[in-house]
Amino acid sequence: MPRVVFVQPDGVRREVAAPVGITLMEAARRHGVVGVVAQCGGACACATCHVYVGPDWTERLEPAEDMELGMLETAWERRINSRLSCQIHLTQDLDGLTVTVPGKQGA
Amino acid sequence: MISTILIIGGGQAGAQAIDTLRREGFEGRIVLVSEERELPYQRPPLSKKFLAGELAAERLPFRHQSFYDEHRIELKLGIRAVRLDPAARRVALSNGEEVAYDRLLLCLGAISRQLTCPGSELAGVHYLREISDVPGIQEGLKPGARTVIIGGGYIGLETAATARKMGCAVTVLEMADRVMNRVVASNVSEYFAHEHRSQGIKLICNTRVVRLDGGTRVERVICADGSIHEADTLVVGVGAVANMQLAAEAGLGCENGIVVDEYCRTTDAAIYAAGDCTYHPSLRFDMRVRLESVDNAFEQAKTASQNILGRPTVHDRVPWFWSDQFDNKLLIVGLSQGHDQQITRGDPATRCFTVCYLKGGELMAVEAVNHPKDYMAARKLIAERARPDPDKLADPTVAMKDSV
Repeated sequence: MPRVVFVQPDGVRREVAAPVGITLMEAARRHGVVGVVAQCGGACACATCHVYVGPDWTERLEPAEDMELGMLETAWERRINSRLSCQIHLTQDLDGLTVTVPGKQGA
Repeated sequence: MISTILIIGGGQAGAQAIDTLRREGFEGRIVLVSEERELPYQRPPLSKKFLAGELAAERLPFRHQSFYDEHRIELKLGIRAVRLDPAARRVALSNGEEVAYDRLLLCLGAISRQLTCPGSELAGVHYLREISDVPGIQEGLKPGARTVIIGGGYIGLETAATARKMGCAVTVLEMADRVMNRVVASNVSEYFAHEHRSQGIKLICNTRVVRLDGGTRVERVICADGSIHEADTLVVGVGAVANMQLAAEAGLGCENGIVVDEYCRTTDAAIYAAGDCTYHPSLRFDMRVRLESVDNAFEQAKTASQNILGRPTVHDRVPWFWSDQFDNKLLIVGLSQGHDQQITRGDPATRCFTVCYLKGGELMAVEAVNHPKDYMAARKLIAERARPDPDKLADPTVAMKDSV
């Protein structure tokens, strides 16, 4: 089971184990990670599961599709490493993935 | 002193309320009563990925059992609230138990509007609202199975798309002259009708179902014009009404839903309500509304929880909705009622366009077809009461966020 790390807006580091096949957003939700709101539940319709992917990881993820990029465009404090966690599917290769949760979700 | 908060209804709103109450530091007793046997779960996938068998059941719940244990939530699942006594602050449950509360939060949701024509009571007439509705429908969605959907709204069309993807021969019967007529512009209806037809769905508008026929179970649908549609599987999606019987019988103010104020408080000061069951003021749009919306359930539950904890918070949100049909994503934000100007950005033939509604120059609502950028920009603009330049808005080469 891959282990992933969320750095919450309050600075708390949460390391959680999550099964292969679910999304990073689902892993956050299951463990009650603060700041990942995920209102639409993974439909790529709300942009409230925004995270910043750790520097070593951006290239190792499947690139974002147009829908995700469009949803992120007006996201609060969008950065070059911004992703929607509902669009990142966990694989064993992502063991050790670290992401930071922004202080605010939505536009 | 509030020691017991009772939540009735385990949908989006009920689940969110638990989260907010504990996160905001409430240490007392929280009881959740839900008619459904499952832990609170997400409903939107029921007509889409879950129905298609692409999403495992274990991925539907918001939280697993451990979360409820950890947060000391008393779950009473598979149990119905049968009587509410506001004066005594007690609720009687279907298992004979009574729960006394200091504050009550009603998250009762909506119930599917039922067909009333002859034959409606036949076996095999399916509605889709709860996880328990799914297996019965799924069983019939086999390649080649003649699947009739009554109703061309969100649920009808999403179910039709899923059934078609599973290889069924699908017919959609819609009473109005166009699909999703209550919620989208006519060119958006046209676009989606074309998408469904080009995928091989037989979509018939302006048709009224007068009778369902069959032996022990429904076999065919008969329309007012005499047309007959053979049905191996039948799904009805003709809208929903607020689930408010418990509240109405208890004497709480009810109209098109349970009446609440902007604090999500009902006409009884100890009782709050959130989600699809509420008839609530929309401050931004200056009207009362009942919304069937994940976002509204989520936000009202948060607001109600804050108010229950004695922190005055107003619910003032711009609602948003989405629908997935085949590879199309329809994203809607705002309320278009009362608009005086309608502008379409982009050409539907490109499969990416947006309909904008204005009232007195203010952007009120947007329907974005496969256009997340417009949708996200509009969420911001509508909340800010922006007054975009209509010429810029009509020009798809100008980003919506730059139309002001």
